[in-house]
Amino acid sequence: MNTTTLLLFLGLGAFLLLASLIGQLLAWKQGKTAVVDNLNQRINAWWVMVLVLGVAFAAGKYAVILLFLGISFYALREFLTLLPTRRGDYWALLVAFYVALPIQYLLIAIDWYGLFSIFIPVYVFLLLPILASISGDTQHFLERTAKVQWGLMVAVYCISSVPALLTLEIIGYEGRNLLLIAWLILVVQLSDVFQYVCGKLMGKRKVAPTLSPSKTLEGLIGGVFLATLVGGALHWITPFSFGEAVVIAFIVNALGFAGGLVMSAIKRDRGIKDWGAMIQGHGGMLDRIDSVCFAAPVYFHLIRYFWT
Amino acid sequence: MFAHLLRFILIGLAKFITGARAVGNLEFEQDASPALYFANHTSHGDFVLLWASLPADVRKKTRPVAGADYWDKTPLRRFIIHQVFNGVLVSREGCQPTNNPLEPLLKALDQGDSLIFFPEGTRNLSDELLLPFKSGLYHLIKHHPSLKLQPVWISNLNRAMPKGYPLPLPLLCTLNFGPQYCASSQVSKNDTLHLASSELLALKQDTPV
Repeated sequence: MNTTTLLLFLGLGAFLLLASLIGQLLAWKQGKTAVVDNLNQRINAWWVMVLVLGVAFAAGKYAVILLFLGISFYALREFLTLLPTRRGDYWALLVAFYVALPIQYLLIAIDWYGLFSIFIPVYVFLLLPILASISGDTQHFLERTAKVQWGLMVAVYCISSVPALLTLEIIGYEGRNLLLIAWLILVVQLSDVFQYVCGKLMGKRKVAPTLSPSKTLEGLIGGVFLATLVGGALHWITPFSFGEAVVIAFIVNALGFAGGLVMSAIKRDRGIKDWGAMIQGHGGMLDRIDSVCFAAPVYFHLIRYFWT
Repeated sequence: MFAHLLRFILIGLAKFITGARAVGNLEFEQDASPALYFANHTSHGDFVLLWASLPADVRKKTRPVAGADYWDKTPLRRFIIHQVFNGVLVSREGCQPTNNPLEPLLKALDQGDSLIFFPEGTRNLSDELLLPFKSGLYHLIKHHPSLKLQPVWISNLNRAMPKGYPLPLPLLCTLNFGPQYCASSQVSKNDTLHLASSELLALKQDTPV
């Protein structure tokens, strides 16, 4: 871990310390309310998430790849658990969990970009319906095949774009690629946090009442604006200039917000509120990283196209 | 010693693969009278998961009821069901005039042991949520009017461990524990079974997954 990364994590620690203090102060002043309880649960979970990320960063490239392999695994598991499949999907699911997931991350570890970028969209895309058709069960065939493929795209392919940032060779930026990951995650997650805070403080107009009743226009504008500012202010840890950082931060924040809406639409359709219960106060893994899923691949390809 | 280790490993494995989450009414009354946990039956793993989800002290006095035709077949199976799970074997051949297949269950209840019981009698591989309950549940209640009944809906295990496939899939399973109730021994067989199955189905509605 270099000094910039260390500084970044120290800054995060200070930020969380402040958040914890405010959380405790609110709990002390307002007593036990559901919103304050949930806020403190969220802050506590953030401590754990930042700690896990910090340990992986300190341990280096392969630890980060393994960490995101784990995140993909939990996300895929939540996704496929909540979307019913049939007995005939057994082999497709088996391939999804035990073959497609590890191979996608192996391709990053051995830096084989050519196959990494088409493995799931081409080869697995063709293999899944073949396996499903062999079972002979035709009921809801296209729907079932689409669910497994979609789960793999969102939970594995999209998330794997984050550690894939480590394979990019940017001239003049050698050995600092971990910071590309740190910047992306920080900006996208801060946007979620700022949207939550702005929404709670001044939210009035609902922006997508049928999809996500808690999202407000005030939250959206405030959150994206503040997170974009932070993204610009942190341009010195990236290969971007201030202006470029602002544009990219705005793009990933907009995509992150849209990702949250899309994943909410799926949840509403299934009649559930959260994808899971693994992160206290946040819901499941997918609830926490839905915005990263949509932002990461575009971020990866923007950098690959313009900076390498 | 070996049985202890195997029990520890199996519980850990079952919980890890299925991410088993117990929700609902998890306040287990700790008194002398035995309880009967009854659940839907879709996989061989059902009783392991239900058993693993109980708190350790409740688990100690809870015994799974399993089919003798399967578990009595090989020495390894006998070892697992008796030494590891402390199970109660029941014959599924039906009632003969000479012996009552529920005899071992009644004996266990008399000793104060609680039981894990699958009233459908066999694994449900159909598209129906539940098969019609066999009469066993009714006879247990009739012989043990003080028996506390607790329905448990197990969701998704049939997808995680489908019958006839080699490897389990790491899909999440949820066990929804319903409220305990006492059945009246005055009620007819049909009504008793009907009540039990609707209590169980009601849990399915509010199981999060």
